[in-house]
Amino acid sequence: MIPSAFEYHRPADVKSAVGILQAQGDEARVLAGGHSLIPMMKLRMAAVTHLVDLQDIAELKAVSIAEGKVTIGAMVTQHMLIDNARLAASVPLLREAALQIADPQVRYCGTIGGNIANGDPANDMPGLMQCLDATLGLAGPNGTRNVKARDFYEGAYVTACEDDELVVSVTFDVPKGGHAYEKQKRKIGDYATAACAALIEMDGGTCRSASIAMTNLSDTPIWSRSAGAALTGTRCDTEDIASAVTAALANINPTEDNRGPVAFKMHVAGIVIKRAITRAIASA
Amino acid sequence: MNDQTPTRVERSAKLKGLGVSRKRVEDVRFTQGKGNYVDDIKMPGMLFGDFVRSPYAHARIKSINIDAAMALPGVIAVLTAKDLEPLGLHWMPTLAGDKQMVLADGKVLFQGQEVAFVVAENRYINADAIDLVEVEYEELPVLTDAKVAMAPDAPVLREDLAGQESGAHGKRKHHNHIFLWEIGDEAATDEVIANADVVAEETVYYHRTHPCPLETCGCVASMDKVNGKLTLFGTFQAPHVVRTVASLLSGIEEHNIRVVSPDIGGGFGNKVGVYPGYVCSIVASIVTGRPVKWVEDRMDNLMATAFARDYWMKGRISATKDGRITGLHCHVTADHGAFDACADPTKFPAGFMSICTGSYDIPVAYLGVDGVYTNKAPGGVSYRCSFRVTEAAYFIERMIEVLAIKLNMDAAELRRINFIRKEQFPYDSALGWEYDSGDYHTAWEKALKAVDYDGLRKEQAERVAAFKRGETRKLLGVGLSFFTEIVGAGPVKNCDILGMGMFDSCEIRIHPTGSAIARLGTISQGQGHATTFAQILASEIGISADSITIEEGDTDTAPYGLGTYGSRSTPVAGAAAAMAGRKIRAKAQMIAAYLLEVHDGDLEWDIDRFVVKGAPEQFKTMTEIAYASYHQEIPGVEPGLEAVSYYDPPNMTYPFGAYICVMEIDVDTGVHEIRHFYALDDCGTRINPMIIEGQVHGGATEAYAIAMGQELAYDEIGNVKTGTLMDFFLPTSWETPTYTTDFTETPSPHHPIGAKGVGESPNVGGVPAFSNAVHDAFRPFGLKQSHMPHDQWRIWTIANDLGLHG
Ligand SMILES: Cc1cc2nc3c(=O)[nH]c(=O)nc-3n(C[C@H](O)[C@H](O)[C@H](O)COP(=O)(O)OP(=O)(O)OC[C@H]3O[C@@H](n4cnc5c(N)ncnc54)[C@H](O)[C@@H]3O)c2cc1C
Repeated sequence: MIPSAFEYHRPADVKSAVGILQAQGDEARVLAGGHSLIPMMKLRMAAVTHLVDLQDIAELKAVSIAEGKVTIGAMVTQHMLIDNARLAASVPLLREAALQIADPQVRYCGTIGGNIANGDPANDMPGLMQCLDATLGLAGPNGTRNVKARDFYEGAYVTACEDDELVVSVTFDVPKGGHAYEKQKRKIGDYATAACAALIEMDGGTCRSASIAMTNLSDTPIWSRSAGAALTGTRCDTEDIASAVTAALANINPTEDNRGPVAFKMHVAGIVIKRAITRAIASA
Repeated sequence: MNDQTPTRVERSAKLKGLGVSRKRVEDVRFTQGKGNYVDDIKMPGMLFGDFVRSPYAHARIKSINIDAAMALPGVIAVLTAKDLEPLGLHWMPTLAGDKQMVLADGKVLFQGQEVAFVVAENRYINADAIDLVEVEYEELPVLTDAKVAMAPDAPVLREDLAGQESGAHGKRKHHNHIFLWEIGDEAATDEVIANADVVAEETVYYHRTHPCPLETCGCVASMDKVNGKLTLFGTFQAPHVVRTVASLLSGIEEHNIRVVSPDIGGGFGNKVGVYPGYVCSIVASIVTGRPVKWVEDRMDNLMATAFARDYWMKGRISATKDGRITGLHCHVTADHGAFDACADPTKFPAGFMSICTGSYDIPVAYLGVDGVYTNKAPGGVSYRCSFRVTEAAYFIERMIEVLAIKLNMDAAELRRINFIRKEQFPYDSALGWEYDSGDYHTAWEKALKAVDYDGLRKEQAERVAAFKRGETRKLLGVGLSFFTEIVGAGPVKNCDILGMGMFDSCEIRIHPTGSAIARLGTISQGQGHATTFAQILASEIGISADSITIEEGDTDTAPYGLGTYGSRSTPVAGAAAAMAGRKIRAKAQMIAAYLLEVHDGDLEWDIDRFVVKGAPEQFKTMTEIAYASYHQEIPGVEPGLEAVSYYDPPNMTYPFGAYICVMEIDVDTGVHEIRHFYALDDCGTRINPMIIEGQVHGGATEAYAIAMGQELAYDEIGNVKTGTLMDFFLPTSWETPTYTTDFTETPSPHHPIGAKGVGESPNVGGVPAFSNAVHDAFRPFGLKQSHMPHDQWRIWTIANDLGLHG
């Protein structure tokens, strides 16, 4: 449980961080909260020659809520997402989901940026960001570019973030309507067996918009356009919800692991999605 | 006497003796992070050793190249079997009469097996060096299922045993067979079952799991070449046994070996055995002349050091129409892994599995256990239980449920009508045990009443009806368990480990000013011996528990003992403490008689003093007597006040209890919720109720883990699938149920203070309670048997197989 040797860098601003990434190429990795990366290094499953610690970069720790937009710096910890009263008031979904990540100790260290950039399909923030239709800010040698969370994930641990880039922020509109994050897990500190984020806006008994995203049910997070479409414009009665669930299930492809076989996961996914949608409607 | 004289009540309270919920004296250091564990030990010049382990479950080793590793600066040595062979240490004897490779000799037999031992200046260099040792393997077919391992054409695992038709426990009937252990009358049992009104048959699997103490195994070996003394610090549950084994293996005279168990962070059976890490550390220290530390990481611990259970138990139980049990037949296929390294008393290769008739008056029974080799890690230790007692309790408590289904009878009632009755004790069981004492009916009635059993059954029936009407997706299970343990191994006439009788010991020294130190042959791993043994002594010798230091674990100072496991510390060492205390008191009586100028027969003991009969104002307190014993010439009496007792128990003790679990189950997700868990324990005389409660909470939580998710799972090519705590279930405070504890008190008739041991009861009784709750929830839908662990997907599968998902 001891990683192989590495060089440790601790830049004070984004530009220097990018500079190190650019100079070291794919030998370098950024370190945020370390709660995904360090275990991988200890298991020697991740070989990192240059570790670029982001913790001194103050600009990555800002949270702003203005003009209906929320921007969160990449180094904001999961604990801060829970603890920030303004965030909790404007985006209660974020707090609800963050509370279901790991345990308090992990959340004190783990960051939103690391959770998003890690690319592990089991991470909770990616699906949530897709549900919120967030935009990720990526800083690289040529400045900052934006990528939609819904376009960011290419496969397990493969994202649109280049070797010489880092995620600096996430931005999304303050969501309207009802919400829910449903997660089934084996115990505190476990990743999801199945999880689903739902945001549903109702307008006089009719669904104006619905956004449904799922965690750990494919090799990337899955935002189900068709599940949302199945609800939009309906009165969200039992059958509408059932067809949204069917639509969502058509988009996922879980694999067997210690959490259970595929048939179980599909069944549980159906339950979790249904519960998320039902609860989101109820709070809309 | 005057107003200043403390009353008897005050004097008694001051002792903090038997029955007092005295706070644990250990916790002062533990809660401040001031414990001293093996990994805290640092010695000048200390090196660090660690293993190259096999990635394969079964493979031939074609070559090992250590050149690159040796070339790494800071690497001192890389040991392989070739280096140990000239010393005769490439294999070592196991506690079960088998032998085990210390380092892979030609082949590997389980994933994680020790292949080479790297010794380096520190852990960091060591980790790099391990990656540089090149081992070439040729994969061989893998056996992970003990039943398949017995197929005629199964691959041969233990080539070293070729041609050996018998082992330490008799004949071997197959190349992967270790022993067949039989007890009871099979012919008579078969006959009773063949002619019975009702017979229930089931195969009950108690899956493979692991004790998983929070502190892993480790040691520091330090050979002082100048004075020829070897000091071995380690996580040993039985330090004296380790010393003797180390002496026998190494040829170093026993007086030149000092074994020390410092604070131990949990053992649960995992730290009883002797592991390759100890042998390699000793050899490395002898070779280098420097201290060598070896400490497992979590994955090493789960993969390679002793597992628990893995018993396939095939049962048949017969009864009359009205539910009187008439016979029990049990055959076990026991998966022992690659080497038979169970830690059982020598004559009991399946431990005390023959307690499988449980708490019931079963006239005739048979038990046969086939031990089998597979490509899994060796072990088979008693994870918080006395030798295989958890397996036995789980088996019989499942068979009772299966029989209740067959009889269409309430399982609580079936238990009640079959319990051994109070007046039958001491009771001779069909499989040869003499149960010392018990009052099962009283305990059972108390338990059923406490949980409102009848009310629960009514609620359950209503729930089933509501479920069938589509009004709920949750079922209610009521898990019953009544267990009898057999602990306190054990009488030297039939219990030994490697030939050493399983007595235990206590040595007491009273200091001149009336405080004391007592040393025992046991070693606490969290049980709180320093607290409770002092309480036993306080009541015996009239010195406050606060003035008695308890010391264990250093073989240079502690009297010889067989260690702590199998709930044996209180039954055996606790008895030794009481007996040594009585020796102190006997001598104190003579001294008091001299001081008071009366005949010793004219004195009587009163809490903390000897009083002249009929003249209560004439007395000598223990403090006064202690002072006199060192300061005054007393004719015919040696100075000083010390005693030693070696206690050979006349019988085991038989704690029992009634546990009931009420569980809610969501049939769609497989998620469960424990609504109520009630634990009634009868451990005889209660030394410290608070510690008992703590032991019950801890043990029941382990039981919960085992029943509901904890598993050492292998894939078909022998990879460990649950090698980290992400997958190996240890409940957090969040998952841990809330417990209601209760008790009855039936003292052991043969134990000096009537105590029976309690540390393991909750694991033994808890597992069937949780598992039976799951089964009970689905009983109305036709479930008979489903194997643990009952994690979410397995519960979901039960529901799915029963057609409950529509
Ligand atoms: C016991 C345990 C349980 C857990 N349970 C959960 C859970 O239930 N749900 C969940 O979602 N997570 C869980 N986690 C993971 C945890 O939330 C991590 O903190 C998170 O996945 C990664 O965030 P981090 O800040 O720790 O990133 P790090 O571990 O430091 O980095 C993770 C990866 O992202 C890269 N990275 C980090 N920051 C950036 C950035 N700004 N730009 C580009 N790349 C970056 C790193 O190079 C690395 O490859 C658990 C972790 C543990 C140890």
